[in-house]
Amino acid sequence: MAMKLIINGQEQDVDAAPGTPLLWVLRDHLKMTGTKFGCGVAQCGACTVHIDGAPTRSCVLPHDSLEGVKITTIEGVDGRAADAVRDAWIEDDVPQCGYCQSGQIMAATALLAENSNPSDEDIDAAMTNLCRCATYMSIRRAIKKAASNV
Amino acid sequence: MFLRDIGIIPEDGTAVPPRRAGASITNLSRRGFVGGSGLFVLGLTLTGCDTYVEPEIDASQFNLGDPGASPLTQVTGGDATPSLWIAIEGDGTVKITCHRSEMGQQVWTSMAQIVADELEADWDSVAIVQAEGHERYGDQNTDGSRSVRYNFHRLRVAGAAMRHMLTEAAAMFWDVDPAQCNAEAGLVRNIETGETLSYGNLAELAAKLPVPAEDAIALKEPEDWRFIGQEVSSLTIPMITRGEGQFGIDVDVPDMVYAGLARPPLVFCKVGSVDDGAALELPGVLQTVRLPDPKPPALFQPMGGVAVIAKDTWAAIQGRNALKVAWGDGPNAAYDSEDYGEALRAASRRPGTTRRTRGDVEAGLADAAIKVDAEYYAPHLTQSPMEPPSGTARWTGETLECWGCVQDPQATRDTLAQVLGIEKENITVKPTWLGGAFGRKSKPDFMIEAAMLAKEVGKPVKVTWTREDDVRHGFYHAVSAQKLEAGLDANGACTSYRHRTTFPSISSTFANGVNSPSAGELGLGATDVPFAMPILRVESGEANGHVRTGWLRSVCNVFHAFAVQSFAGELAHAAGKDQTDHLLELIGPDRGIDPVSEGAEYGNYGGDPEEYPIETARLKAAVEKAATMANWGRDLPEGSGLGVAVHRSFLAYVATVVEVSVAKDGTLKIPGIWVALDAGTVINPKHVRAQMEGGTIYGLSNALYGEITAKNGAIVQDNFPSWRLMKMAEAPRAFEVEIIRSNKPPAGVGEPGTPPAAPALANAIFAATGTRIRTLPMIGASGRRLPLDDKTQTA
Repeated sequence: MAMKLIINGQEQDVDAAPGTPLLWVLRDHLKMTGTKFGCGVAQCGACTVHIDGAPTRSCVLPHDSLEGVKITTIEGVDGRAADAVRDAWIEDDVPQCGYCQSGQIMAATALLAENSNPSDEDIDAAMTNLCRCATYMSIRRAIKKAASNV
Repeated sequence: MFLRDIGIIPEDGTAVPPRRAGASITNLSRRGFVGGSGLFVLGLTLTGCDTYVEPEIDASQFNLGDPGASPLTQVTGGDATPSLWIAIEGDGTVKITCHRSEMGQQVWTSMAQIVADELEADWDSVAIVQAEGHERYGDQNTDGSRSVRYNFHRLRVAGAAMRHMLTEAAAMFWDVDPAQCNAEAGLVRNIETGETLSYGNLAELAAKLPVPAEDAIALKEPEDWRFIGQEVSSLTIPMITRGEGQFGIDVDVPDMVYAGLARPPLVFCKVGSVDDGAALELPGVLQTVRLPDPKPPALFQPMGGVAVIAKDTWAAIQGRNALKVAWGDGPNAAYDSEDYGEALRAASRRPGTTRRTRGDVEAGLADAAIKVDAEYYAPHLTQSPMEPPSGTARWTGETLECWGCVQDPQATRDTLAQVLGIEKENITVKPTWLGGAFGRKSKPDFMIEAAMLAKEVGKPVKVTWTREDDVRHGFYHAVSAQKLEAGLDANGACTSYRHRTTFPSISSTFANGVNSPSAGELGLGATDVPFAMPILRVESGEANGHVRTGWLRSVCNVFHAFAVQSFAGELAHAAGKDQTDHLLELIGPDRGIDPVSEGAEYGNYGGDPEEYPIETARLKAAVEKAATMANWGRDLPEGSGLGVAVHRSFLAYVATVVEVSVAKDGTLKIPGIWVALDAGTVINPKHVRAQMEGGTIYGLSNALYGEITAKNGAIVQDNFPSWRLMKMAEAPRAFEVEIIRSNKPPAGVGEPGTPPAAPALANAIFAATGTRIRTLPMIGASGRRLPLDDKTQTA
């Protein structure tokens, strides 16, 4: 089904089967592979994007429900919160394998955009993405560092 | 100006400069090399008595027998140019080949640190080239925590040799003695005149010079190292933060189609009938392909089944789900992991095969004043990298090109050649980044699937495993039952010790009829036990495999350390002593442990026992350091406790202290963890600390929640959360790692953090509550709290 999606501020023509999750439209149709597949059931968060700024798991999100909304992916996320998160991630070498980190960065950026001084409990509540390398301790430290720089 | 390239970078090969937007991994294929003999022959090296500890690098491929060979001849497999590891471009870019797979251990960075240090490169000029799978690089099996250990010396030699050549070239240009020239940070300086020449300018001239012999090369003194031992920032992370870089699942080849597979629910059951009508009607589905049924042993073969080929991954998955496949039974249809666990426990209660012995254990146990015995059980686990397995293959009719997240590109290539009947010379295997691996991606079955399908379909094919595929069709960590017994004298000193361990061997994946663990597996935490009691015996029981058993981060060390170090805690309690004091007493005086002298067949992770002895002093130093870090002995509130464990694995020594607080209802919190590591010479402390954090949580997550079970031969779990991982909220707020300074040879760091984590946790829970947990997982996928004994001290 041909339609237009607004991704990272640009209108994109998309022609995918009805119901195809946004994740696979991004990855296979638009070749934007920064958004990752981890579980397909919205449990791990590797596929997190922003829908009108809100962190959303794209693996269960039909793309054809997204006409007119603002979709932001790891390739396009910007602004003060995103810059602060990226800087802290690089400064602290937060990622290990990096596979889940697109989702972690999208979740952390959304958290800091909403809450510039998150408590540990706020971080626990917002950062539910799985990381098998267990970068959790580094992520917590880096979010606090980023918060002080937003 | 000599704006040319010293190396043999071919026209089609490019490298990945650090911090460059839009970079992708490209592989370098070189010409003119002389291939050595294969390191890995499918089904041969793994069917012997020793499945895990592989032989040291096959010397024959490095022409070590030739007394005239230069060190670079040794490392390059017959190619006497220094270009196997380093190429310097006219613009000064230093391309360093990484022949190991990058999977989060930061091996791109650590390999580059070693080369760049001896080369005296300017770090900002360093770019990484990911090597394809080929014997010319020596061992590429990125497994066993040995990338640094296997390559530290030879990469130093390679870097230093090129530094000498560049210096020589500058001396020729200035017509001065090379002693008047000094190489530093990408420049050679004329000491007298102060003039400089950049490496880029010198490259072409240097390339024409002979490679110096190793005894003519001066390696830098450790105090002069600029990158080795420093907290150099990762070369991959800037790309990761922008969603760049290429993982296996990200590979995109023109005209590619996507495959989803219905695989047999039981190992070696066959497809009965297939109804693909509904699948073929779905939008985007192109065709279905039946894969051949494999024959035992499993090896690295695909397990067969039916593939759906589609225009995108989603259609492939939907098509796969719409297949109606009737499966046959096969030889493992009766496998029930609960019954099997009972059989393993029963086997561990019977005398087994003695694998190491010191004194008369029967008499020792019989004569003891106090007798302690305990049984431990740990279930199957799955590695569960966040990136599921994914492989892409292109078949041209003559050549096969493969890309994907493989830990061992040479084994992948060899298996492809064997299974598909294609000449190895016509196969290239190009590793991408790996989105975690933990042993899963050392088995290339997913790449073989892609290649089979590419040949059949006539187009490039990408196979992506779903999480359900990964959980249900894995190579599982062995389920195990262990019984430990000890005798203490009236003062609480341990006088006798017997450890019986029973688990299906990884060898059963590679050979039919294996029912006994290999010496290599027992050397992972059982036969290498470092305790000093006068009487000791280690025995193994018999068990057949019914699922594919494979390596998982730290392998048998996981369950052996859980049992042995939990038991050490139990002995401290029986003796009425402090855990750490008693642990140090069990380890005993400073000495080297030699399991071989007590009848063990022991491989020491392939490390020379002279170079890498088992040193009790280092174990004890780690315990003392971790205890100090944790402020051991401090007052803790009711329901809180500290637990300690220490374990040597992959030639590294790790002690872990875990603090827990347990509520009356069994709700667990882990406020703090302290880890002390002695891994000899460390290349990058920052990244090593990350491995300790990750390895520890990996162990805790599995111990608390991880369990793979089988019913009627099929795996019960399917996805998160029935397969459960620890999350941020459960991770400790305080996590401290200290690296004990050492100038000893480098040891492994990727895996050794994992083994002591679970027993330290179990010991902490006992200290907090009086409940001793001997069966894993402690909580399970659907549980919320620890199963506390009625007599728990948390009143």
